[in-house]
Amino acid sequence: MTTFARNQWYVAAYGREIGRELFPRTILGEPIVFYRTEAGEAVALADRCVHRRYPLSESRLDGDRIVCGYHGFTYDQSGTCVSVPGQGRIPRTARVPSYPLVEQDSFVWVWIGDRDRADPALVPRAPWLDDPAYTTVSGMEPLAARYELLVDNLMDLSHETYLHGGYIGTPEVANTPITTEVDEENEIIYVSRHMADAECPSFYAKSTGIEGRITRWQDIEYHPPCLYLLHSRIAPVGVLPNDDGTDPDAFHVEVVYAITPETEHSTHDFWAVARDFALGDEEVSAFLAESNRTVVLQDVTALDILEKVVENERDGYQELSVNIDTGGLAARRFLKRMIERGERPAAEPAAAVRT
Amino acid sequence: MLHGDTVHRIHWVLNTDRLLGVCHCGAEHESEDPVELWDWLLAHPDGHERPPAGGSPRPERQLAGV
Ligand SMILES: [Zn+2]
Repeated sequence: MTTFARNQWYVAAYGREIGRELFPRTILGEPIVFYRTEAGEAVALADRCVHRRYPLSESRLDGDRIVCGYHGFTYDQSGTCVSVPGQGRIPRTARVPSYPLVEQDSFVWVWIGDRDRADPALVPRAPWLDDPAYTTVSGMEPLAARYELLVDNLMDLSHETYLHGGYIGTPEVANTPITTEVDEENEIIYVSRHMADAECPSFYAKSTGIEGRITRWQDIEYHPPCLYLLHSRIAPVGVLPNDDGTDPDAFHVEVVYAITPETEHSTHDFWAVARDFALGDEEVSAFLAESNRTVVLQDVTALDILEKVVENERDGYQELSVNIDTGGLAARRFLKRMIERGERPAAEPAAAVRT
Repeated sequence: MLHGDTVHRIHWVLNTDRLLGVCHCGAEHESEDPVELWDWLLAHPDGHERPPAGGSPRPERQLAGV
């Protein structure tokens, strides 16, 4: 049985990665080639010529068409073969699958599953990444580990204290109680950790200029399978939002991850950090980008090790779950449910329908 | 903060090792083991009737008047 949740939207790339060059990326084990038409529309096609499976990404663009680099089979942006070398008749089956695609919030999302089940309204949002009121830095790191390990990692931020001490981890992160909320119907997990009086990690001290101790809120909002949001609020100790919800005296950082399986044992780890202060300040941007990349790479190193352990362990290994794992357990349960639902044929009614 | 109709909440009780689970129906249950607590939450409505003070919940006996 597969470990992927099909019939879901996944982040395949940043919009800036896709241009007039053919761009390959494997998503849920499916090799895909991306490009932009001359009009600027992003296109995603299966990255294999129907003829002899040559990668279309190793081919060339002729206007909006891909000409296969092996024998010259030519495809339009819908994946339909429009030219076969040396003959006038084009076989009826000569087409490569095209993927439903949505560009939103600086991401290129693709639908992996049955084409006719793709609903663009279900793409979850990360609006800060494309909002002029925020300045964003972002990147993507390849992870040689299964995506479930990254989900576990991100659902429990108490690991910050140990794995990321000196960057984003301080003693209070692991020691502050959390509230976990799970919306069964809409399949969202929310984990709140509100530290009233905490040490300010360098990540925030240097970027905000706050000196001394802080009120630090971390609110995780996970929309499985792909989109993970961390709403981070930093303020001097005792400074709270106003009753009307405005919060002018705090610093807000929206940390966004997109967790996209590449293969059964590797993952595209997209990360972005959007802030509502020091807008356009190149020095702060460079610092936050470098710091967050360092943190992501610390996770990558740890999870790459863990993947090897998991691959080599005996079946049925019993893990121990403790209080900090409450949200992670809910994430695993939703992913299991989504994997099962994604395997079912379209005609069968889904057990949990999103409203 | 989530606001759906079927939201389960689990609070880590301050200064303790206990977790307090709150079902969307309002029933509550404490545990020191998140796996056991999730099993209880997901068993709704089994065992979710509010027990009378001091009594342990016996669902089949408490259907009326609760
Ligand atoms: Zn209940």
